[in-house]
Amino acid sequence: MNCEEAKKLIHAYVDRELDLVQSLELERHLTDCNSCSKEYAGLQALRSVVGSVYQKPPAQLQNRIRSAIRKEVKSETRPRMLSWRWIGVAASIVLLVFLSWGLFRVLSGSSPDEALAREVVSSHVRSLMASHLTDVPSSDQHTVKPWFNGKLDFSPPVIDLADQGYPLAGGRLDYLNNRTVAALIYQRRGHFINLFVWPSTGERERPRPETLNGYNVIHWYQSDMSCWAVSDLNAEELNEFVRLLKSKSTS
Amino acid sequence: MFKRSGERKDEAELDQIKREQFELSVLPHLGAAYNLARWLTRNEHDAEDVVQESYLRAYRFFGGFRGGDGRAWLLTIVRNTCYSWLQQNRPRELSDSLDDAAENIESDAPSPEAELIKTADGKLVTQALEELPLEFREILVLREMEGMSYKEIADMADIPLGTVMSRLARARKRLQQILAPTVAREA
Repeated sequence: MNCEEAKKLIHAYVDRELDLVQSLELERHLTDCNSCSKEYAGLQALRSVVGSVYQKPPAQLQNRIRSAIRKEVKSETRPRMLSWRWIGVAASIVLLVFLSWGLFRVLSGSSPDEALAREVVSSHVRSLMASHLTDVPSSDQHTVKPWFNGKLDFSPPVIDLADQGYPLAGGRLDYLNNRTVAALIYQRRGHFINLFVWPSTGERERPRPETLNGYNVIHWYQSDMSCWAVSDLNAEELNEFVRLLKSKSTS
Repeated sequence: MFKRSGERKDEAELDQIKREQFELSVLPHLGAAYNLARWLTRNEHDAEDVVQESYLRAYRFFGGFRGGDGRAWLLTIVRNTCYSWLQQNRPRELSDSLDDAAENIESDAPSPEAELIKTADGKLVTQALEELPLEFREILVLREMEGMSYKEIADMADIPLGTVMSRLARARKRLQQILAPTVAREA
């Protein structure tokens, strides 16, 4: 790792947002590089001085708030004779479903798919941090697609969705699931979507959405490719993105 | 008649349960709420008013709170209440909003020495933080004081993740630069 890369990752390192591999690489660099380790010490020092001016509330504020809430409770109009009881019933059902789902998750353990999903999320976060989002920055599919020639042993489908509000930002090589994969980057109102593609066959034609560490991830297979879309964009728009992608690639 | 009064009693009990649950899950985060309000309004008395208003709002919305991180939930409400308060009382502070696109203007200058920064006392740090634009102050409070993750901050401030990262880096740089010459002068 060189200094330029290290300087970009160092904030995420201080904030514990790097994955293990990257953290270790950066730590190795810090032991060798005086200038970067100074930068690191500077960030640590900043955190400790900022933390030292944490403002404590005055002692009476808690009581003031308690009594304000009591007043609020009394003044609330109450047209909800029946509803509270039903809310109670509904809450117990929700809790039951939630608990049994949790139990199911614990018993079933983490699948290889889930480990891969974590890898995908981690790649996404890393691509945003290291300002290594694109190797070939272009909104033109006819520039991006040929760029992958000779760099991959397959040709990823590159689809233009600019008219639908998801312009292409470029392409990149990435490493996932123990192989080199194509990463296509799309944009939506300042949010980036990483679309990872590599050859693989699987049953799942219907996209499966999930949420990991707050990121939305969707996985599906199409034309013998394994596809993963990941973003901090909301779930609806990411679903819409995948739907458009699928409809465009079959037409 | 009996039934009616019985129902009324149920209701009073339910109100009490709601209030107890609220006090149990939200009141412990008073410190974080006050700290955020204090830095966003830059004034103790205003912070107290904003925090009280936030708690009343939180109580009204408590039915919509689905468990989980009570602190992030409360801080989102405190942040929104602060912004409406600023809008009403100091609209000028909101008007000169930050240009997130103007990236890395500050980042070329070398960082000041850690040892130098560490000598800054509380008064200097407070002054330096208060000098920062609202968005910088806010992100430093959320990250450096509350230890919130990039994703939590992105959700709370409703900004993309990339903006959280670049804004945080710029805010840190700016604070270091305000602190370093001040400390050097005092020393």
